[in-house]
Amino acid sequence: MLELKNISKRFGDQVVLDNLDVTIEDQKTLAIVGPSGAGKTTLLRIIAGLTPADSGSFTYNGQATSAAELRKQGVIGVVFQGFELFPNLSVLKNITLAPTLQGVGAAAAEKHARSLMDQLDLEAQANAYPYSLSGGQKQRVAIARALALDPKILLYDEPTSALDPNLRQSVADLIASVKQQGMTQVVVTHDMEFAKMVADATLTVAKQGSESNEA
Amino acid sequence: MSYINSILPALLDGVKMTLGVFFLTLIGAIPLGMLVSVGLIQRGKNILAKAGKAILSAYIWVFRGTPLLLQLIFVFYGLPLIGIVFDRFSAVIFTFILNYAAYFAEIYRGGFGAVEEGQFEAATVLNMTRWQTLRYVVIPQVLKIVLPSMGNEVINLVKDSSLVYVIGLGDLLRAGEVATSRDVTLVPLVLVAVIYLVMTLLLTLLQRRVEKSFSYYK
Repeated sequence: MLELKNISKRFGDQVVLDNLDVTIEDQKTLAIVGPSGAGKTTLLRIIAGLTPADSGSFTYNGQATSAAELRKQGVIGVVFQGFELFPNLSVLKNITLAPTLQGVGAAAAEKHARSLMDQLDLEAQANAYPYSLSGGQKQRVAIARALALDPKILLYDEPTSALDPNLRQSVADLIASVKQQGMTQVVVTHDMEFAKMVADATLTVAKQGSESNEA
Repeated sequence: MSYINSILPALLDGVKMTLGVFFLTLIGAIPLGMLVSVGLIQRGKNILAKAGKAILSAYIWVFRGTPLLLQLIFVFYGLPLIGIVFDRFSAVIFTFILNYAAYFAEIYRGGFGAVEEGQFEAATVLNMTRWQTLRYVVIPQVLKIVLPSMGNEVINLVKDSSLVYVIGLGDLLRAGEVATSRDVTLVPLVLVAVIYLVMTLLLTLLQRRVEKSFSYYK
């Protein structure tokens, strides 16, 4: 379980997050919802260690920690809104690059990548380059790339916004299938309907930092 | 025809100098420019990092802000005054590498700026080090982005190599001039122009090929 306490963040004079508490339960899917500009993505970036919080504390499985520490331990995986696949690398290389750089043997990394591609219906795209993929395929590659490092918690930033609206259900199914494998997931979305489809718990981030956390 | 045959060996000797300057400059300036550029985009906030960036910026300012001809003169005739002595050819290569690396560094810097921040962030969350991110993700993209501008500079280099005459070295253009004044005919200079055009044509074709080899992704 990952707990964040009293997280605050301001950009200049603007308070974005004000003493926010977040509890991420193991093997559950937490949806972070709220209007545009409420700080949902900022919160996700703080959890991912991409944006430092001004104040607040992290506790992971009862131990005090930090976003940077969690990243070093490979706890967190991120699926970006724009996916951010590496355009110069094939789908397979996108997935195997980080594991091989971390010392996983090339054969083992490829085997793991192929099994992820198999699960995510990407076998036929192994040698394709990102520019040639559909939005849904890109997202699945981004998920496979994150899963290849065996994170404990997978974060998604607005997973439906870059895709065709009629793909909403298939993204929800995808998140449900990742959950079935025991993954803890955090989904940032402005889409309440989508949040209801995927979430076990919902955290509403309102503008100026007021919040409510309900199961 | 027999006149052309009689001056051709001198011109080809000049071509050797031109090509020597050309290749040695590229071999030195392409990686040096990349190092300078990577230094300029690093984000360290300590005093050492800031001083390093200031020095690199000053270097680029000096070498882009003054004529290459002047730099050649300073390096060959000026540096000996403070005890640094180069032979003519080394002075040329040293100056050309520093001059071209400054231009290349600026071109690369533009390329780095064109790679989206999200690429760096994606690499960060994948726990890649700064160096791994540059090596496997960013620099390959930068090279593709900068190819057209680099092609321009490379063609300029062929022509800039004629500046070596200022410290007494003979290149293709110099050989042509000598023959023209001695024999009072423009034929050698026409030949010189043709040889330059052939060299730049080959480079243009090579550039297309390299660009094509990078076209496997968009």
